[in-house]
Amino acid sequence: MAGVAFVLFLAVVAAAAPWLAPADPLRQSLRGRLSPPTFEGSDGRAHLFGTDHLGRDVLSRVIYGSRVSLIVGFSAVVVGGLLGAALGIIAGFAGGRLDAVIMTIADAQLAFPFILLAIGIIAVLGPSFQTLIVVIGLSGWVSYARILRSQVLSLRSREFVEAIQALGGSVMRVVLRHIVPNVLSSIVVVATLELARSIVLEATLSFLGLGIQPPTPSWGGMIQEGRDYLDTAWWIATFPGLILMLTSVVVSRTGDGLRDLLDPTLRGE
Amino acid sequence: MRGFVPFVGHRIFRALIALWLVSTVVFVVMRLSGDPVPLLLPPDAPLSEILRVRHDLGLDRPLPVQYGVFLSNVVRGDFGRSIHYRVPAVDVVRGYLGATLELGMTAFFLAALVAVPIGLFSAMKRNSPLDHAAMTFALIGQSAPTFFLGILFILLLALKADLFPTSGRGDWKHLVLPALTLGAFAMASIARLTRSAVLEVLGADYIRTARAKGVSEMWVVAKHTLKNAAIPIVTITGLQFGTLLGGAVVTETVFSWPGIGRLAVQSINNRDYPVVQCTVFVAALLFIVINFVVDLLYGFLDPRIRTH
Repeated sequence: MAGVAFVLFLAVVAAAAPWLAPADPLRQSLRGRLSPPTFEGSDGRAHLFGTDHLGRDVLSRVIYGSRVSLIVGFSAVVVGGLLGAALGIIAGFAGGRLDAVIMTIADAQLAFPFILLAIGIIAVLGPSFQTLIVVIGLSGWVSYARILRSQVLSLRSREFVEAIQALGGSVMRVVLRHIVPNVLSSIVVVATLELARSIVLEATLSFLGLGIQPPTPSWGGMIQEGRDYLDTAWWIATFPGLILMLTSVVVSRTGDGLRDLLDPTLRGE
Repeated sequence: MRGFVPFVGHRIFRALIALWLVSTVVFVVMRLSGDPVPLLLPPDAPLSEILRVRHDLGLDRPLPVQYGVFLSNVVRGDFGRSIHYRVPAVDVVRGYLGATLELGMTAFFLAALVAVPIGLFSAMKRNSPLDHAAMTFALIGQSAPTFFLGILFILLLALKADLFPTSGRGDWKHLVLPALTLGAFAMASIARLTRSAVLEVLGADYIRTARAKGVSEMWVVAKHTLKNAAIPIVTITGLQFGTLLGGAVVTETVFSWPGIGRLAVQSINNRDYPVVQCTVFVAALLFIVINFVVDLLYGFLDPRIRTH
């Protein structure tokens, strides 16, 4: 699949950034400021994406920026996925009051412009990699929980689960050996869609100044820096933005594709 | 309409719980985020002055007491005085609410008015080049980051083409770019859903019957298709309206639009707790009310839900 190949390509670029980037993403050059995309800049080097207001090579910064996007994106998916899957399975399996409590919290979270909460939490804890990962992860647990809960609810009443329980299998065993494998493909689908959302949310928070702090290059932060130069140096914000958009479109299309492939029951939701 | 009162009652109960949870979380987060008093006073203010201001704001009382006072005030619509503007927080938020509603409503109606005909057209001309083009745009619109879309619009339509102003609030021209940016996601979602809802209805037996008995194609669409496809369309449209409120934070920041989204971001930076609490509460309230109205609309559109 093209989408999986794209994510792998991005991962390779991120890992090999020191060798792929044509220049040091942090090295400033006063004479080479705001140079448009060129094969031969004033310093005799190619700047395919131009240079920014401090003379840093935009292409190199985009390449290094992919590290932030992927690390925060994947880690947030793991945090949100573990939490959401656990709560969803508990809610579906336990039922009753616990189920009601978990789902009410999920509803309340959905009833809330999450970006405001994210801004509030980050304002308290200070922006850092860890804070971003936890906040973005927390923002996504509801989607896993809802889908897993409904699947567990329908699995729970199936004969094979009843049979295991009748034979004396513990709840834990039923969950780990029989429920989890049955819902794994749903988790993969939701996780892919969540990856796209997490990457965009990280960029959005960095754009608002609450994510990765300068001078570390991140796509959202670069768009924020380039915003003041849109009139004179469009390339600073446009290139990281286009790459971000491409990543988001391709990853979420991959999620849609996986859904059709793995899990016909989710189609059309 | 049997079961209507319990249905509405249950929904109101859940909405109240959601509001309570939202306000509690906001209270906890804001109280954890540090003491606002040093921001209010000059750096060399004497300790007595700091203590006096803390006392005036009620910040010297135990947290549970602060929480109790907070909740009972919220119920009465009192969010305290803004620390930054020195007037009641509700009044501050009210002053900015108009701009957000103006932007939100414009974005929403723009999205719905553009998306529903596009979705309908795509479904009727299924697999035509126009259908493919529309759905490709919709896919991009659904996954494009809002803030970058805004930047692109500013770059292409305001700076290069000079058609619209880059920021601020004024005549209708100021509204176009922010409304397009804010509405893009909703537009894309509504168009895709309209298309699939209409396609589903067009495949139904009663449409074949209608055509077989010689009903004109116009009438098939107007009377039989749209009415039956309306339920999922209204659902997603209502949900999208709620989602718009979250997008307003980013859109308003990109376009310097003086609404509650930008107010929230600024107030967090000012540590203006009362205004942040009030903004978030108002946004959550709007979202919940809209979803509630959407739920009631179901019953209106679908007689099957009414009887059950």
